[in-house]
Amino acid sequence: MTTGDPVQPPRRVDRAGIVIAASLAGLAAVLVWDARGLQSTAMYGMGPEAMPVVIASGLALLAIGNFIDAWRGNLPARESADPVPVVLILAGLALLIAIIGFGGGFILATSALFVTTSAAFGRRAVLVDSAIALVMSTLVYLAFDRLLTLSLPAGPLERLL
Amino acid sequence: MDTFAALAHGMAVAVQPMNLLYALIGVFLGTAVGVLPGIGPALTVALLLPVTYKLDPGGSLIMFAGIYYGGMYGGSTTAILINTPGESASMATALEGNKMAKAGRGGPALATSAIGSFVAGTIATIGLAFLAPWLVDFAVRFGPEDYFALMCVAFVTVSATFGDSPIRGLTSLFIGLTLGLVGIDKLTGQARLAFGVPELLDGVEVTTLAVGLFAVGEALYVASRRHHTEEKLEPVRGSLWMTKEDWKRSWKPWLRGTMFGFPIGALPAGGAEIPTFLSYSCEKRLTKYPEEFGKGAIEGVAGPEAANNASAAGTLVPLLTLGLPTSATAAMMLAGFQQYGLNPGPLLFAERPDLVWGLIASLFIANCMLLVLNLPLVGLWVRLLAIPQPWLYAGILVFATMGTIAAKPSVVELSMLAGFGVLGFLMRRFDFPIAPVVVGLILGPIAESQLRRALAISLGDPMTLLQSPISATLLALALIALLAPFVLKGMGRFKANED
Repeated sequence: MTTGDPVQPPRRVDRAGIVIAASLAGLAAVLVWDARGLQSTAMYGMGPEAMPVVIASGLALLAIGNFIDAWRGNLPARESADPVPVVLILAGLALLIAIIGFGGGFILATSALFVTTSAAFGRRAVLVDSAIALVMSTLVYLAFDRLLTLSLPAGPLERLL
Repeated sequence: MDTFAALAHGMAVAVQPMNLLYALIGVFLGTAVGVLPGIGPALTVALLLPVTYKLDPGGSLIMFAGIYYGGMYGGSTTAILINTPGESASMATALEGNKMAKAGRGGPALATSAIGSFVAGTIATIGLAFLAPWLVDFAVRFGPEDYFALMCVAFVTVSATFGDSPIRGLTSLFIGLTLGLVGIDKLTGQARLAFGVPELLDGVEVTTLAVGLFAVGEALYVASRRHHTEEKLEPVRGSLWMTKEDWKRSWKPWLRGTMFGFPIGALPAGGAEIPTFLSYSCEKRLTKYPEEFGKGAIEGVAGPEAANNASAAGTLVPLLTLGLPTSATAAMMLAGFQQYGLNPGPLLFAERPDLVWGLIASLFIANCMLLVLNLPLVGLWVRLLAIPQPWLYAGILVFATMGTIAAKPSVVELSMLAGFGVLGFLMRRFDFPIAPVVVGLILGPIAESQLRRALAISLGDPMTLLQSPISATLLALALIALLAPFVLKGMGRFKANED
């Protein structure tokens, strides 16, 4: 929990910054690799492969710039972060995607996301929140599917309505 | 006189009962969503895009105008009452406004911000109405190489010139440009960066990116640092109305704020932060009550709020006349246009004048509606602010995913939304600006196709970019704007060494 400490010595290699620089370099490599598979059909001027190479060069330069910043420890100070709520919300999103993917319908999927997010923000009353989530997402489903005629994916619950 | 005729025609479109209703719904929804803490105008527009899917373009753009101004007004209410500006442009408002609310003068703070927004919005919209046709006349002479150069200017100013760090801003921009490459190349039909995934052939959806970065990213970020801050909602005590003294101290800041906001917003420079902070420091210098600054001076709310709204109307100038979004909110407005296959620019003024002028006229109407609605309804907005944080963010995420589910209910699209959420979280955590990503995604493909068109016309000769005087000037400007922050930083270091 010392990462956000303002009295930390300013000049220290920032590991996260190095990772960011490496990811940018990696992204540049992917762009070049992908562009190699493209055929230049343009008689004059640029083909489709030119722009990816230009952007990849930019990314490579920025990777160097980010690396220098990180090496000198020039990144702005960060406050400590709690990973648990982040993981909870991401688990909620994964649940939502799974439920939609397996045809569980809009109401169940968004309810799952609602309950996990609310837990991530410190609520412990899972049953109450589940009830609230089900009622809310049912209302949202009715309002958008029936009133605004947007097609939201239907599952077992939606077919009962 | 053309402008008057066009504007009168636009008014005739905007005052049709259905369109008035759309404007009213837009203002109401925009304020309601914008008032929620952590939700800025860009996200408000992104979240409400699906609501307008099924409307006709005219009606939905009018609703958009309402959402736009409503979201701005909602954001300043949040800034004043709980000191969590949803966007950096409201930061100056939060500085003095929250102090006023703490001192029991929340009512006058809200009132001066509402009336100031109205004054600034109205003047700036008049500015837009008169500047736009003139710019359109100029823009029809633009060739593809000039458009390309113009977009280079926008890229640089949005990402490098006015940010904290040009390197981090440009990094954000290039991530956006990379995302813009995904999908089928329009000129040759070849797939780029699709990796054999059929859903990627259509490219990255702007709304998916924006909602992922802004809504999901913000929720993850706030959740991760929940242990740091406790938000405190200031109750609105005492009279809502401004005293005679308040009026006297507010009207000049309103006008000065507008003078800062509109021109800077109208330049393809993007962002309302600069004019709001310029206005704040200007009011601080000119005030007769310098001792009140930092403790809740009404000038410090009136000026920046006016500047914020005026610059919002200002960004519509490059958006409508050149198709150039220079802020995240303008980028979302552009996404709204594109959902109907409409491309803002000089052609749209010629082909669909009813639509463009209807939109401009609706801005006036939305402004008036906000003034009438918001002060009486302030109690309702305050109650919205009191929603407990867990439910608030859970609800935001449900609505955020709903937009994607309604547009494309596929596992790939939803995974992209989650992925962009993680990206948004990391960018917030490591202090990378977010708007350049969205601008890069939208403008990248357009800039590429303009450049390729220009080069095809010139038979592959890149000198065409320098032979057109417009393009050469713009490219020189872009270069200066790119190098200026580095040079200034170097000079700053030099000075620091001398001391």
